[in-house]
Amino acid sequence: MAYSEKVMDHFRNPRNVGEMKDPDGVGKVGNPVCGDIMELYIKVKDDTIVDAKFQTLGCGAAIATSSMVTEMVKGQKLEDALKISNSMVAEALGGLPSQKMHCSVLAEEALQSAITDYRKKKGK
Amino acid sequence: MGRIYLDNNATTPVRPEVAEALARMLKGCYGNPSTLYCIGQEAHVEMEHARDVMAGILGCNREEIIFTSGGTESDNIAVLGAARANRKKGNHIITTKIEHHAVLNPCKALEKEGWSVTYLPVDEYGMVNPEDVERSITSGTALISIMHANNEVGTIQPIAEIGRIARAHKITFHTDAVQTFGKLSVNVNELGADLLSASSHKIYGPKGVGLLYVRKGTKILPIMFGGHQERSLRPGTENVPGIVGFGKAAELMAAEGPAEEARLLKLRERLWEGIKASVPHVKLNGHPTMRLAGTLNVIFEYVEGESIILSLDEHGICAASGSACTSDSLEPSHVLAAMGVPPEKSHGALRFSLGRENTTEDVDKVLEALPKVVEKLRSFSPIYKDFLKQQTV
Ligand SMILES: Cc1ncc(COP(=O)(O)O)c(C=O)c1O
Ligand code: FES
Repeated sequence: MAYSEKVMDHFRNPRNVGEMKDPDGVGKVGNPVCGDIMELYIKVKDDTIVDAKFQTLGCGAAIATSSMVTEMVKGQKLEDALKISNSMVAEALGGLPSQKMHCSVLAEEALQSAITDYRKKKGK
Repeated sequence: MGRIYLDNNATTPVRPEVAEALARMLKGCYGNPSTLYCIGQEAHVEMEHARDVMAGILGCNREEIIFTSGGTESDNIAVLGAARANRKKGNHIITTKIEHHAVLNPCKALEKEGWSVTYLPVDEYGMVNPEDVERSITSGTALISIMHANNEVGTIQPIAEIGRIARAHKITFHTDAVQTFGKLSVNVNELGADLLSASSHKIYGPKGVGLLYVRKGTKILPIMFGGHQERSLRPGTENVPGIVGFGKAAELMAAEGPAEEARLLKLRERLWEGIKASVPHVKLNGHPTMRLAGTLNVIFEYVEGESIILSLDEHGICAASGSACTSDSLEPSHVLAAMGVPPEKSHGALRFSLGRENTTEDVDKVLEALPKVVEKLRSFSPIYKDFLKQQTV
């Protein structure tokens, strides 16, 4: 198994890592396959994601896809962000080994869940 | 950046003397050892010298050694061959939950053929209880197969005791000694083994060659059919260069004896003491004393093993993990699971296995890199964050 240089770059220097103070939405998801965990935090203004951060416990692919998805969603309208799929994240990283594709699902689900959380909170 | 190779339980670098022996055979000794003319006989003599070396290490007769293509093949011949040959006795096999897949999977294959297999549990240190072996024996037990030392955590099993039990019940006993051959005493009479597997590439020999010791009189059937080589138990023209290289490697291990094991033990303890002193929330896996000298299996809580391996690789350090994320099956280590380690803990398991090329400087370099690596990964681990929050309330 070999990771692309881009995956290794995001693994080595993950973008937007850490906890966010007073996030507008939080997505907490676990990977049922191998037990990894991701938390994604978003800040939203005028239906646009203005900031995103993450914390992840997982393999190289899990950390790299977490990092990449935070980069991809920043500046996106919520409805556009919802269209980001795990394969889009993997593609943006120059691809993932086939047995590691399931790790990118974590990123997609965390994003969906963070947006749902934001909408739920706002609806109140 | 120099490479620090700490995965010697997976495989070892071929040592120069062995490489020389291999090259000599490949270049100048191509004869088929089954033929009668001179170059065939030259090959035969070389191969039989290797057999004598092995017989010396195992304390057996040369005729009792079958050269194979490696530990996996030896285990397969032993389990499938001895079970089927003893089918009249019954259809029951006793093994353990912590065997290498080279034993577990032949056992699973036999289950599909109608055999019943007892997979014995181990304690928290990865140790089999000989009393459990004795209790599991039935009138239909045809084979007992229990490894000498475990490859993941290094725990050394009470093989001599189990051997005595097997002998008392007249049951064929196999031990997978792939991790101990050439390192610990593997005298087959002291161990009470009827069958014993060993592999060349774990002792600085070439890959793809191993041996199976078969005690005289042991009932065993071949699993592969062809010529008369290796008493027809492993037909096919022998891997002569590989066997000669394996012989050289074993000879050198025997000459070094316990001195190298003592050196490795010191290095390993230096590594473990250093880790305990510099990284919080770590736990040792494996037996505190009855353990392979070079093996150190550690859980780093709140991080995942593959991410540690990738980070260490950036520092030129090679290690292995028991994490689900590093296995093709995406399942956590079956060995750690059998020891009662929950999946979320084995997630952070790392195995360092030291070998003859490792030095004190290597260990110190690991101790410099490792705390930083773990700290960085923990800095964005959601469960570490939760743990720290719990601490402050
Ligand atoms: C305990 C044990 N048994 C069997 C094997 C398989 O040996 P080989 O790689 O020579 O097939 C290994 C090595 O991975 C091992 O550690
Ligand atoms: S998150 Fe476990 S394999 Fe990637």
